Amino acid sequence: MEAKDSEFTLSRLRVGERGVVTSLHAQGIIRRRMLDLGLVPGTVVESVRRSPAGDPTAYNIRGAIIALRAEEGCKVYVELL
Amino acid sequence: MGLTCQSSGKGVLREDFLSYETKSDYIVALAGNPNTGKSTVFNALTGLKQHTGNWPGKTVTQALGNYRHGQKLITLVDLPGTYSLLANSPEEQVARDFICFAEPDATVVVVDSTCLERNLNLVLQVLEITPKTIVCLNLIDEARRKKLRIDVEMLAIKLGVPVIPTAARSKEGLGFLKDTINRVASDAIQLNPLRLKYEDRLEVAISKLAGELEPLLPERINKRWIALRLLDGDYTVIDGIQKFLEKKIVVEGFAS
Ligand SMILES: Nc1nc2c(ncn2[C@@H]2O[C@H](COP(=O)(O)OP(=O)(O)O)[C@@H](O)[C@H]2O)c(=O)[nH]1
Ligand SMILES: [Mg+2]
Repeated sequence: MEAKDSEFTLSRLRVGERGVVTSLHAQGIIRRRMLDLGLVPGTVVESVRRSPAGDPTAYNIRGAIIALRAEEGCKVYVELL
Repeated sequence: MGLTCQSSGKGVLREDFLSYETKSDYIVALAGNPNTGKSTVFNALTGLKQHTGNWPGKTVTQALGNYRHGQKLITLVDLPGTYSLLANSPEEQVARDFICFAEPDATVVVVDSTCLERNLNLVLQVLEITPKTIVCLNLIDEARRKKLRIDVEMLAIKLGVPVIPTAARSKEGLGFLKDTINRVASDAIQLNPLRLKYEDRLEVAISKLAGELEPLLPERINKRWIALRLLDGDYTVIDGIQKFLEKKIVVEGFAS
């Protein structure tokens, strides 16, 4: 079983898994950047590929493939679908 | 928040934003997310009459091109491809400073018709700065191929600005786009841009701050937008005011 749902973040999705964004734990420019990428609550995100080094990970966000580093992904809280 | 302002000149002319001298009737900006066909639109409209340089003071490439349409000479300015105008990368600053301070006669936002949802973020951000906006629904051939149906008329009504479907690679819709650019640039179309309404206490603050900015800045500058940026804690907009309007705005309680 996974840990508590409210603690689950994008960076913990495995390749092929999808999650729906519940909240962003970031402020200022980083938050702005995430919102501009389409990471608003309710958005479904799929983890599509992980780089050989394990970081960054490519996600499908509203029809575009976007790479996020783990330190960014861990600020995006999701509910596993 | 209290504001004071010292003026040291009349400010930069919009021609000063361009790396190449033009004597055109209209200056038109081309904005869009990366990979929406912005360069294809630019090339199709301007043909071989292009000039590339850098944005003043930046290592960001600027492409300019001219074309004639309906007796007018138009200079098209290719802005950097961005998802946003607000996150302060050099590209985003260039794009928004141009739209806000150089005030193009029209701004065309090229969007990917197959991925509208993602692209409308930038459209809303541009509309927040300038009403003289045209949405170019590019890659409409791809949208048709994917059997996506877009209610163009409804989108234009909701956004309050012209929406023109195009397939730039095959030049579909570009004649209509050029007609529309001239009509928007010459104020021949009544625009009614969608205006985002924020929560009440924010709207109160915006009005108050915009009111304070009103006497400090030239009439042509959108004070509501400047107020929004300041309330968002984005003080880079003050640098823009200083640089392009040669006015020094001091926000009390904030050391710039
Ligand atoms: N099918 C189709 N392809 C297009 C269209 N416009 C541009 N393209 C293609 O989309 C790709 C990206 O175009 P480009 O102009 O470089 O995009 P930019 O990054 O926005 O400047 C290129 O391969 C173009 O040939 C269009 O309307 N329809
Ligand atoms: Mg391009």
